[in-house]
Amino acid sequence: MDRPIRVLVGKPGLDGHDRGAKVIARALRDAGMEVIYTGLRQTPEQIVEAAIQEDVDCIAMSILSGAHNHLFPRVMELLKEEKIDDILVIGGGVVPDDDIQPLKDAGIAEIFTPGTPTTTFINYIKENIIR
Amino acid sequence: MDLAKKLLKGDKRTLARLITLIENDDPHAIEVLKAIYNHTGKAHVIGITGPPGAGKSTLTDKLAKELNKRGKKIAIIAVDPTSPFTGGAILGDRVRMADLTNNPDVFIRSMGSRGTLGGLAKNTLGVIKAFDAYGMDYIFVETVGVGQSEVDIVKAVDTTILVMVPGLGDDIQAIKAGIMEIGDIFVVNKADLEGAHRTMMELETMLDFRQDEGWKPPVLEAIGRDNIGIGQICDNIEKHMDFLVKSDKLGYARRENVKKEIIEIAKGSMEVHIFNNNNKDNQLEILAERVANKEQDPYTASDEILKSFINRGIKND
Ligand SMILES: Nc1nc2c(ncn2[C@@H]2O[C@H](COP(=O)(O)OP(=O)(O)OP(=O)(O)O)[C@@H](O)[C@H]2O)c(=O)[nH]1
Ligand SMILES: [Mg+2]
Repeated sequence: MDRPIRVLVGKPGLDGHDRGAKVIARALRDAGMEVIYTGLRQTPEQIVEAAIQEDVDCIAMSILSGAHNHLFPRVMELLKEEKIDDILVIGGGVVPDDDIQPLKDAGIAEIFTPGTPTTTFINYIKENIIR
Repeated sequence: MDLAKKLLKGDKRTLARLITLIENDDPHAIEVLKAIYNHTGKAHVIGITGPPGAGKSTLTDKLAKELNKRGKKIAIIAVDPTSPFTGGAILGDRVRMADLTNNPDVFIRSMGSRGTLGGLAKNTLGVIKAFDAYGMDYIFVETVGVGQSEVDIVKAVDTTILVMVPGLGDDIQAIKAGIMEIGDIFVVNKADLEGAHRTMMELETMLDFRQDEGWKPPVLEAIGRDNIGIGQICDNIEKHMDFLVKSDKLGYARRENVKKEIIEIAKGSMEVHIFNNNNKDNQLEILAERVANKEQDPYTASDEILKSFINRGIKND
């Protein structure tokens, strides 16, 4: 049986609304994935721990607050501490062009900026998860 | 076998991976479950069910915190429906339990119902065993009380908590009579809303018709959101287990459940042995052709399949 891809959709940082994350969650569900939605204002520690318990294939973080330069790499750091290298980590949100390469250097596989068609990141996940 | 050893040593990532294997019907999971089976049976398994949005996750969050304060380790299995159209699901129960995430005594796992009839109940039983052997004291199973597979799950737990909300007179009727009959503790949540006392009285009246030996299901009120009424529910969870042990209902119910489980497993593997293996020599196709052409009837054809299975015996490959 083809097992469904499991994706944790989390929203680190302090900004207050989760419309973007919910749109992503629905798009992934409609693509046949199991989406573990963890809600607003998650710390990197909570995101990584939830990803471990849920044994997800992918962590998709959405962010608007501009704190991505700190929060995204922190998630990668925690994953490394736990010796986890089989979870695909992607990010989405308003990220200035100049910030994208440093985030990729920190281990975030891809950054999707607003306006990216949902099919783009759905296909990206399907093609890049580590099984 | 490595996995079983690591699980019994308390390795969290092994637990997470084993649950994935169970959910995916991976044959390796069966091997591990066999190896850990005699380490199970210690946990108190609690079903939390009720209509959508009644506050099941909110209550589970608060109950877990209270029981953790009482020194216990807690597992939570949160089941949400899988979309029958896409096979996908949004599993959102963790939102209400966010600050349990980093508690080392708590492990939360979200599951999609994944549609196969009976499959959810079977997999949930497997996941319960994994948590039990891992050393959890309480295992909560949150389900929306609507479908048959949810009813099947509820039947397999030790204590069932039915969560209601005020002003749901019709909904109480709509909840499967079966569930109503097996609730061990009734909670009217959102008691801050109007009509809580009326709903409690309605429940009491309905419960008067129940013929329980030795256990009268309590009807409790709670405001899960504000952590009110939680201690009372925990006390009753403990009381119910005491009752089950002292009356030997626990032993009886678990024997009955094991009986059902053996039947289900046997049915499942019979299907695999009879059909999956059988199909290799195309017997089913050949018979179907004959039956479709009216050269044979389906009853005789089915007998033939069974006969060749019996002659062949069980081949594991
Ligand atoms: N007024 C009031 N609202 C509550 C109470 N407990 C929970 N809620 C709210 O009810 C809503 C649903 O709560 P959940 O805990 O997600 O309910 P649930 O039964 O797990 O929902 P599903 O898993 O979606 O079926 C949330 O907005 C909660 O904040 C309460 O005691 N009073
Ligand atoms: Mg819930």
